[in-house]
Amino acid sequence: MANRVIPVLTILLAILAFWYAAAIWMNAPWQDRLNARADLIDVPFAEFAAQTWAQDKPVLPAPHQVVSEIWNATVALEITSRRSLAYHGWITLSATLLGFAFGTALGVALAVAIIHNDASDRSLMPWIIASQTIPILAIAPMVVVGLGSVGLTGLVPKALISMYLSFFPVVVGMVKGLRSPEAIQLDLLRTYDANGWQVFWKLRWPAAMPFLFASMKVGIAISLIGAVVAELSNASGGGLGVRLLTGSYNGQTVQIWAALFIAAGLAAILVAIVGSAEKWVNMRMGARA
Amino acid sequence: MTSVVSAQNLGLTFPTGDGDIVALSDVNLTINKGDFVSFIGPSGCGKTTFLRTIADLEKPTSGTLSVNGMSPEEARKARAYGYVFQAAALYPWRTIEKNIALPLEIMGHSAAKQAERVKRTMELVNLSGFEKKYPWQLSGGMQQRASIARALSFDADLLLMDEPFGALDEIVRDHLNSELLKLWARTEKTICFVTHSIPEAVYLSTRIVVMSPRPGRVTDIIESTLPRDRPLDIRETPEFLAIAARVREGLRAGHSYEEGSV
Amino acid sequence: MNRTGLTAMQFALALLAGGAALLGLAFGFTSFGSAPQLTVFFALGAASLLRLALPFSLWLDGALMLFGAVALILALPEEGAMPAHFWWALVASWAFAWLFVERLSAAIRAGHLPETGTGLVIPVIFGLALLVAWEVITRGANVPPVLLPPPSAIWARMTAEVPTLWADFVQTFVKSVLPGYAIGCLAGLAVAIAVDRSPFLKAGVMPIGNFMSALPIIGIAPIMVMWFGFDWQSKAAVVVAMTFFPMLVNTVAGLNAASAIERDLMHTYAANNWQTLMKLRLPAAGPFIFNALKINSTLALIGAIVAEFFGTPIVGMGFRISTGVGRLAIDLVWAEIAVAAIAGSAFYGVIALIERGVTFWHPSVRGGRT
Repeated sequence: MANRVIPVLTILLAILAFWYAAAIWMNAPWQDRLNARADLIDVPFAEFAAQTWAQDKPVLPAPHQVVSEIWNATVALEITSRRSLAYHGWITLSATLLGFAFGTALGVALAVAIIHNDASDRSLMPWIIASQTIPILAIAPMVVVGLGSVGLTGLVPKALISMYLSFFPVVVGMVKGLRSPEAIQLDLLRTYDANGWQVFWKLRWPAAMPFLFASMKVGIAISLIGAVVAELSNASGGGLGVRLLTGSYNGQTVQIWAALFIAAGLAAILVAIVGSAEKWVNMRMGARA
Repeated sequence: MTSVVSAQNLGLTFPTGDGDIVALSDVNLTINKGDFVSFIGPSGCGKTTFLRTIADLEKPTSGTLSVNGMSPEEARKARAYGYVFQAAALYPWRTIEKNIALPLEIMGHSAAKQAERVKRTMELVNLSGFEKKYPWQLSGGMQQRASIARALSFDADLLLMDEPFGALDEIVRDHLNSELLKLWARTEKTICFVTHSIPEAVYLSTRIVVMSPRPGRVTDIIESTLPRDRPLDIRETPEFLAIAARVREGLRAGHSYEEGSV
Repeated sequence: MNRTGLTAMQFALALLAGGAALLGLAFGFTSFGSAPQLTVFFALGAASLLRLALPFSLWLDGALMLFGAVALILALPEEGAMPAHFWWALVASWAFAWLFVERLSAAIRAGHLPETGTGLVIPVIFGLALLVAWEVITRGANVPPVLLPPPSAIWARMTAEVPTLWADFVQTFVKSVLPGYAIGCLAGLAVAIAVDRSPFLKAGVMPIGNFMSALPIIGIAPIMVMWFGFDWQSKAAVVVAMTFFPMLVNTVAGLNAASAIERDLMHTYAANNWQTLMKLRLPAAGPFIFNALKINSTLALIGAIVAEFFGTPIVGMGFRISTGVGRLAIDLVWAEIAVAAIAGSAFYGVIALIERGVTFWHPSVRGGRT
């Protein structure tokens, strides 16, 4: 355990140190002008560094500024406040989860259709693969506005973007997974005269589990990205994407970084949840933990 | 006679989570120039470990080992031996001739010398005509021949072979065995050969080292009385069968077949 | 199977196709002559029900599908919704298309038709059927263009706006995506090779790299716009950040892909680290590196386009999309998306082609055993 944690911690500390140093360097020009305006000359370096780490709208906020902004915008605020990051985080999270659930269900259903029907395999698969090369995310604003024009606003358009993004990896992974049993294993079930239903539930589905979870990890991460990007095009709706956008309009860098960290934290938690579900299922299926 | 490999009281212990595993214990052995020595024994007896120790792929934990009068590491750096693994381990992105040229490239030989050596060793293993093929286009037996050619290409005097034909079917194996004998006669190399097939060991070797597990050790060394020139049907002669019986005896005496407790 | 030689599903589709055509003929009887070609299609489609008694080639299904689609599109009114019985034509030609594809893939499976060529026809038919349905539904049901413009309108816009689209493409793809992609991938590769020598660094960098790969890195776009300005530099910076981690993680994994035997082999030659890297580990990492290159090709385009939502000079694909959405010029947005789709697939395709050339030896490329 220790020899896995120590290297990671070392690198993290190095990043942190680099970050603080970069904050001094990047915020110095503005601080120089501030100090010149206030007739402060020959500020000792330690004091100057502290100044660069405490600017109001820094070019690069120091890590502790971001952390305190996160604290102020989550724990210290009413959860219903429009300025609460917990509120905005919840909006993004609910769209992500809804879209992910739709996307996974659709992906699994399509994969089942594809492996059982030659024609749908031949007609759908090339398009599904080709569509992965297309920057789907670019249509997010249009979908949001288009659905908005027919009265669909709020959660659903965002969830649709998330669904659209997350169903691709699930289809591709599940088709691979459901096809992963080897010919010998299928032949074995044939010798038992198993029907299609039994082959599916006793062989294909369990064999596809590792693939499903691997794709779900990718899917949940891009679901979140989809929700955040979808929020960019509807500034009134709220969500972490909106915080990024308003922060960028107002030059509130600390707010941007805080929203970014919350999004990163959400992604990490979501992937970790899928990861532990994967471990649990693997254990239930008798794999060695 | 000069000794190529010489081990005195050689021991090697692998520390693991639940106790040490004694892979080699008190091995004393001298291999002379021109010998064909087979190592035989059940899995876990340390025959592969011993070969890897000669090749400096494992470090002994006690005793001394010299290869060509040097330490194994010096011998490796002097490119004193060619090693043939259980799998052909040819690089799939290189053609057969480029695979055989690989050690020559690493050792910094000129292009002309590389071409000459590759041509010669490919003839030696009867692979001429397959220069431009990729490994996956060849059968398993041909792949293993290419890997032998690769080990021979830089003309080391010692050839270490770790169950090179273990994954091949018996017909191919017989064929390659007789070819290996011819190759050995022509090149006068010293060969150390790990196997778990008794007929293979008896057919090929001038000496057969019988080993047994827990701890890995040498239990018997049998000198072959067969002539150096051995047609395949020598395996039906009483002399051959007598040696095979001795090897089988040695294997049986060495350990009590307490299988399962690895 | 029954005596028509069709499976249950094909039989149902055949009934649906013929039945829909029959209904179209019946409901369209009052407006006879307004769209003669459609009437002909309905009549022929209804006649296909004769397959219950006579043999009916799958090519006839294909011909009916094609004829139905063309007739329907030609019959679409310029203004307003189409007459109700036209919908039966859509149902019928969709069913013919499906039936044709079903029978075609059954024929390929049975070995009656070659895989090459005919195998390609099926996805093309699916794509075209989708386009036809899109065109017919948007125009036939009079869907507001703001919601979804018909493909013909998008195509018209694309051909009319070539200079704008080209300028956007140059700004976004040539100036932002390509440099950012090159820098990000090279940096990821270089760091991976540097880190690879030290197990300690590798143990520290890998979890962080994996973690970063899952994060919405695209969110740094507003920060990059502040740091590097509105022009392409900030977009390229976003692309660098997005492409770096997948390349790092994949390359480190790839450098470990060489088997123990292969590495022992290099050891027995007393090869130095550089030789082992160049002759063994980097070639063995090839498939992993190309995997990252392919993932990154898509990420790079997304990154550049989304970063443009946060501020650009007045050119660029993301700029055009966000302002087009604001001005409700949805057909221009779709035209831009079509360009992005073509650029994205072409970019991916080029890398996939290079991959086939470079990692020709890998089982996934040569499609055989290991």
